[in-house]
Amino acid sequence: MTIHANPPAAPATATDAVVEVRNVSKVYAGGIQALDSVSIDFPRGQLTSLLGPSGCGKTTLLKIIAGLLPATSGAVLVNGTPVSGPGPGRAFVFQDFALMPWATVIGNVAFGLELRGVGRAERENTARHYIAEVGLSGFEKKYPHELSGGMRQRVGLARALAVKADVLLMDEPFSAVDEQTRRKFQEDLLKLREVENKTFVFVTHSIEEAVYVSDRIVLLSAGPGRVSQVIVPDIPRGDDVDAIRRHPVYLDTVDTIWRGLKRYLD
Amino acid sequence: MASLQRDTETGSGAAGLGLSRFVPFGAPAPRTALLDRQPGALATFFSHPLTLRVLSVAAFCLLWEAVARIPISFAFPTFGETMVALWAMITDFSLFHAFGITLQPLVIGLLISALLGVALGVAMGLVGWVQWLATPVFIVAQAAPLAALIPLIIFAYGIGLTAKTLVVCIMAMPVIVLNSYVAVGHAPVSLVEMGRSFLGSRRQVITRIILPAASPVIFAGLRLGSAAAFVGAILAELLITPVGVGDLITYSRSVADYPSMYAAILSIIVVSVLFIEFLELIEVTVFRPEKRARR
Repeated sequence: MTIHANPPAAPATATDAVVEVRNVSKVYAGGIQALDSVSIDFPRGQLTSLLGPSGCGKTTLLKIIAGLLPATSGAVLVNGTPVSGPGPGRAFVFQDFALMPWATVIGNVAFGLELRGVGRAERENTARHYIAEVGLSGFEKKYPHELSGGMRQRVGLARALAVKADVLLMDEPFSAVDEQTRRKFQEDLLKLREVENKTFVFVTHSIEEAVYVSDRIVLLSAGPGRVSQVIVPDIPRGDDVDAIRRHPVYLDTVDTIWRGLKRYLD
Repeated sequence: MASLQRDTETGSGAAGLGLSRFVPFGAPAPRTALLDRQPGALATFFSHPLTLRVLSVAAFCLLWEAVARIPISFAFPTFGETMVALWAMITDFSLFHAFGITLQPLVIGLLISALLGVALGVAMGLVGWVQWLATPVFIVAQAAPLAALIPLIIFAYGIGLTAKTLVVCIMAMPVIVLNSYVAVGHAPVSLVEMGRSFLGSRRQVITRIILPAASPVIFAGLRLGSAAAFVGAILAELLITPVGVGDLITYSRSVADYPSMYAAILSIIVVSVLFIEFLELIEVTVFRPEKRARR
């Protein structure tokens, strides 16, 4: 486990950053400061978690990276190009799934491609592939209200995968599903990472979840959000995903983060 | 003494044998058996929504017939008499003639109200300055008793089709505009963000996300507006010039032909209900297919 306290703006270990956040601040109308000069790099092919107490601006930061919110100052670069809005290289997975209730599973999964003007046959083929990849084959013609919460988020995930973006932005994707489904999701996410060569930015408030799935964990402090630590949990992710939760480094990292966060809760 | 003794004995004996099922603290076994019973074909038939609707209408007709036979008033015909009068109006085509006249201001007014009203309401929900400009007008219009404006409309536009169409519009428009405005404003934020993040243009986000999301409430407004439009059309015929269905009602009343009067009133109610059902069918077919799947 490596811990960088107050990391420099450009870390020496910077390999190949897909997303670079440079001194981003966000002040909402009404004067509430959500982020204060945040700088983070997101290395290519890695899963980086944004972890922090509620109100630390982690979702705000994710939406700024997505181009859904403008930053008050600072810049976000994706593959070296400044972000001014949503782009084809980034896909978003929503906390509340954001499925259109009037569209079928395949209609929802193909929606991103449809907005890009991809023809019906082609987009439905692509959608079918990713519906199968998230394990929902046979549910193509179902409507969201006919699916469980966990299945709905799989639809949201398939929709994000279908547009073949390099960067997957996930906003607490498993927080609205039950504990058992969440664990299954976390394991599936690890498997998905081996199949799909993508960069993941993963927002969560669960320490265990962050340590379980992440290559790097960015700890944000609250009010206003700042980067307080970057933690690289050095856990071997072999074939046995169940072994991770028993690994000493996993347990130590969870404990360290908890002790670090506890002081913000008083 | 002896007879009294015997009475108490038979009483308790009856309670012990036959009546024990009906006392609330009796054995629980029969109740569980009732709860566990599967609904039979008959129960399924009687709990079907369509059966219930038909039963509800039939019960209303029977009650009408029964109440009118008491009789409560000379001016209140029975259901049977009304049906006979309705059949006479259908066979001599006077009903169709009347609807031909009534439907003119109704259809024109409703079309204008629906197209203009939804467009304006959606614009109010999407564009700030339209919202500030138009909201107060329609909130006042919805609260005001608009029928009071009819003399003013006659004064300005005379007694022709224009005045009647205008009455239909002022009755139907406010609720259509306000429902559309509220519906658009309440489109789920995360769905709109989803559309933007997957590179939807402003136009795509409006047509593919905001409008379908708003359609249930917009259509609720259209249904309320349609009902109000029927009120407006009949009101115009009763207050401005007696033609069409309004004339059938007024004339039948003046010659004390109450069955015909009730038949005319019933016919306009039936047409109004059928039209509103038709609107719901359009909504479910065009905008919200998942509601059909839910049925």
